[in-house]
Amino acid sequence: MPDTARSGRYSVFALAREAMRQHKGWNRAWASPEPRKQYKVIVVGAGGHGLATAYYLGKNFGITDVAILDKGWLGGGNTGRNTTIIRSNYLQDPSAAIYDKALKLYEGLSQDLNYNVMFSPRGLIMLAQTEHEIRGYKRTVYANHLQGVATEWVDPQRLKELVPIINIDGPRYPVLGGLYQARGGTARHDAVAWGYARACSDMGMHIIQNCEVTGVETEGGQVRAVNTSKGRIGCEKLAMVVAGHSSHLAEMAGFRLPIESVALQALVSEPVKPCMDVVVMANTVHGYLSQSDKGEMVIGGGTDHFNNFTQRGSWQHVEETVRALVETFPMIGRLKMLRQWGGIVDMTGDRSPILSRTPVGGIFVNCGWGTGGFKAIPGSGWAMAELVANGRPGPLAADFGLDRFREGRFIDESVAAGVAH
Amino acid sequence: MLILTCPHCGIKAEETELHNGGEAHLKRMGPGSSDEAFEDYMFARKNPRGVHLERWRHVFGCNKWFIAARCTMTLQVFGTYPAQTPAPPDHIVQAIRAARPDWNPTEEGVSE
Repeated sequence: MPDTARSGRYSVFALAREAMRQHKGWNRAWASPEPRKQYKVIVVGAGGHGLATAYYLGKNFGITDVAILDKGWLGGGNTGRNTTIIRSNYLQDPSAAIYDKALKLYEGLSQDLNYNVMFSPRGLIMLAQTEHEIRGYKRTVYANHLQGVATEWVDPQRLKELVPIINIDGPRYPVLGGLYQARGGTARHDAVAWGYARACSDMGMHIIQNCEVTGVETEGGQVRAVNTSKGRIGCEKLAMVVAGHSSHLAEMAGFRLPIESVALQALVSEPVKPCMDVVVMANTVHGYLSQSDKGEMVIGGGTDHFNNFTQRGSWQHVEETVRALVETFPMIGRLKMLRQWGGIVDMTGDRSPILSRTPVGGIFVNCGWGTGGFKAIPGSGWAMAELVANGRPGPLAADFGLDRFREGRFIDESVAAGVAH
Repeated sequence: MLILTCPHCGIKAEETELHNGGEAHLKRMGPGSSDEAFEDYMFARKNPRGVHLERWRHVFGCNKWFIAARCTMTLQVFGTYPAQTPAPPDHIVQAIRAARPDWNPTEEGVSE
């Protein structure tokens, strides 16, 4: 496969043309070239965040001499393992800014990438099931108003209209109201990775899969190259965007991160007819529920409570999540579950991400998105591209630097939400 | 499901009976330490892929703290010992070495 393949523009006319000739004219969506000896920028990690970083490096800064390396296949990590929820109803101003930037980019992403990412702004509700949550979410609504993020507080009756299958007067976890973001929703997670990958490839960037980074070469405190399973590849700048494995990669470059990796899991039911057209998050009981376009009920749960890299999750968390959700959504008690899987998420102390320069010149990290990275992909890539291209953070990334830990400028979303999220 | 034996009460407890307390054998920094050392103590973590020494508390049992040696890639448990122990005892080191010959406790920064 030549490394200059172009995928061609997708449109209704292209579809009609190909329908007339047995679909023989479609090109591959992205090329699979062999790596060159040297690139201006290497992005490690071909997940959503890494591919978005590369895409906005090309689109916003004209830097296309870029390689995106992945030890597996693109989008095969957390990008392909999340519950696809998109929202921006965060309490702290820096979080709201970057997540709302991401949401705004998601709104036009299919057109921008010429690839249908199936963004579905179906609305999102966070249930308040304790008095503490009522106060917390009302506070978030007021904060969101000041940030220019449209959210509202809804009472149980309105909530029941929005989500007819919900049981609002459960004995253990009654529904006392909710935080509603009508612009929130879901997108097709694989398509986000594929769309960015295709656009990057079309700009001439190299996406190199099955290429594991085994070492980082530095000289005089400056990055020079990475050693990989496909040989040494030189670079001027290195962006580490590898989520749960960030600590491991940072160790190769000789520094440590305030990150701990845990497994987060999700499961889906058998497909059923449409029954719920919003996303519902029940943070008290760690249960997140939405219905996919295929009809499956997609359920996200809490994280394992100890460091691990097993990518499989644990049964007692499935039980914990489903036990609580069955009270709030009695109908799911009759469903069979089809699949369960896990991903490795990178948790920071304040549950906010890190977009930062590092102790090594030319190396930048984008990590710490924890359990909520999917919704941030476009905004994260946008801010990271700015950081990598200019060598210093722009307004979106400025507050998310590594120095915030030393200086005590936490962006404390763990307190804001009461849970990991 | 992770099952650990509490070294205090001897009970084999599964993970819902226990609470994880993070990386063990951290050197405590305080007044007089440098900003860098204090930041490292507060936030920087090894987060190893492989052998991990970590604190656990038997919250729904004897309520005491202990340390477990565990592999984060396979969830294999090498042993547990009381939290008052300043460095992993010999039998734990041997158990780890038997399964992971390359593992070096001094590199882990726990032997001094």
